[in-house]
Amino acid sequence: MDFNLDMNLNDQYGKNKKATFDKEALYDILIIGSGPAGLSAALYAKRKGLKVGVVSNKVGGQVVDTTSVENYLGIDFATGEGLVEKFMHHVQTLDVPMLKDADVKSFEKTESGFEVTLGRGEIIKSKTLIMATGSKPRRLGVKGEDAFMGRGVAYCAICDGPLFEGRDVVVAGGGNSAVEAAIDLSKIANSVTLVHRSEFRADQIIIDQLKKQSNVTIHLQTEIQEVFGDGLVSGIKVLDKATGETRELKIEGLFVEIGYLPNNQLVIDQLDLNNRGEIIVNALNETSMKGVFAAGDVTDTPYKQIIVAASEGAKAALTANDYINRG
Amino acid sequence: MALLNEQLQGQLKEVFGSMKNEITLAVFTKEGDCYSCEETISFMKEIEALSDKISLETYDLEKDSERASEYNVVMAPSIVLLDSDKKYRGVKFNGIPAGHEINSFIPGILEVSGAGEALPEQLMAQVSALNKPVNIKVFVTLSCPHCAGAVQKAHKLALESDLIDAEMVEAQTFDELSNKFNVSSVPKIVINDQYEFVGNQPLEVFLEEIAKTQ
Repeated sequence: MDFNLDMNLNDQYGKNKKATFDKEALYDILIIGSGPAGLSAALYAKRKGLKVGVVSNKVGGQVVDTTSVENYLGIDFATGEGLVEKFMHHVQTLDVPMLKDADVKSFEKTESGFEVTLGRGEIIKSKTLIMATGSKPRRLGVKGEDAFMGRGVAYCAICDGPLFEGRDVVVAGGGNSAVEAAIDLSKIANSVTLVHRSEFRADQIIIDQLKKQSNVTIHLQTEIQEVFGDGLVSGIKVLDKATGETRELKIEGLFVEIGYLPNNQLVIDQLDLNNRGEIIVNALNETSMKGVFAAGDVTDTPYKQIIVAASEGAKAALTANDYINRG
Repeated sequence: MALLNEQLQGQLKEVFGSMKNEITLAVFTKEGDCYSCEETISFMKEIEALSDKISLETYDLEKDSERASEYNVVMAPSIVLLDSDKKYRGVKFNGIPAGHEINSFIPGILEVSGAGEALPEQLMAQVSALNKPVNIKVFVTLSCPHCAGAVQKAHKLALESDLIDAEMVEAQTFDELSNKFNVSSVPKIVINDQYEFVGNQPLEVFLEEIAKTQ
């Protein structure tokens, strides 16, 4: 039996309690988001001696839902959650105040900087902002997907996998996340079918692992067209692009792992975005608005990787520091 | 062999150092076919040994049926947390809170001991305005990293109102109940067996759904 105790639990209660977030203060840098980009920005900004705060609605961001991370330099293996705990621990040794479970509704430019309005109506003031709001799972956008969400259509394999013990499931996608989900599910489910509309994008090292599983079938160049069922998912309709034939797969679970969409709701009307909805940043992580910087999955920086997000967060904090020092 | 290794025991002792008042773990098991009853008792004994402020009481779901109905316990294993006055505050765990659920169980102990923070005023006002009983079931799996967050929120609300009964339900242990509520993504939150949503949503969403029952 395993126990995955959060090693930062002590920071929430009693004597080790960390700095509380002061909602009345004027921050030098307010970081919105607490994934790798946000946490790395917090570390760099705090070390510069700046007054920095983090507003978070999901500590660790997408990384928490990742089974294993094996490509972060210096860490040969970590669970996604374990890596986030290390990040958090590192940031908390510097006592950076973090407002958790808080949604940001809007932000506005003022004379002294910015005013950020939270979901509950509170207003936080800061001289600069770093947008590190990350991304969310992309949906297939096919008939039946919405209706069966939480009824057989799932977006978190480690969370929902155990509920499909001994059943037949499909994983949609061909990237690292999809292949890892398929490997994990093959240990729980009766059978796993990986369906992807083009060729694999995943690292060869894990594709090889997937192919070793005896209960896994792979259908590339195959498009999911519909999810159907009666109350719960009972199957999907797929198109084999090579033959042009449509057929049905009888399955009870569909795990969608087809990449991510930027969490851009906050900035959509105020910052320049590219055609994928990502915030356009330059090499210094500056956005189209002076004093607003951005980093990580929400930006147009290519390759959505943990290590890329972390380094972009560091850059954004350093640029914000220069901006503040220039006055 | 101990379920909790030495390192974990050390970490938990430190965390329990922040407990304010005493608490009681009332654990219900049943004879015969009971998945994880034995492990749950062993786990609770080890937790009890880590702090002077924690005591353990064990009950049988059938033999102690009066006690069970006092705390609304209908499944086994079930762990009910009682405060320093031995009062049930609506904090309950059905199934063993191992895996990631240790991160809702330990905060549950601390909160019932009085070590938690108050809810923001606006939310408190909504909780105080309740006038009908509310049952919150949070379905989880032990491998779900953000389920514990949803359980913590449900328990937090229960602590603020005598009308709210909040329970974690481990979906695999209680698969019949999970099937009844079509649980295929977790955390799944079911309120008064009628209103439901999926995901570790903000407290505001919990309160919106709760408002529908009033």
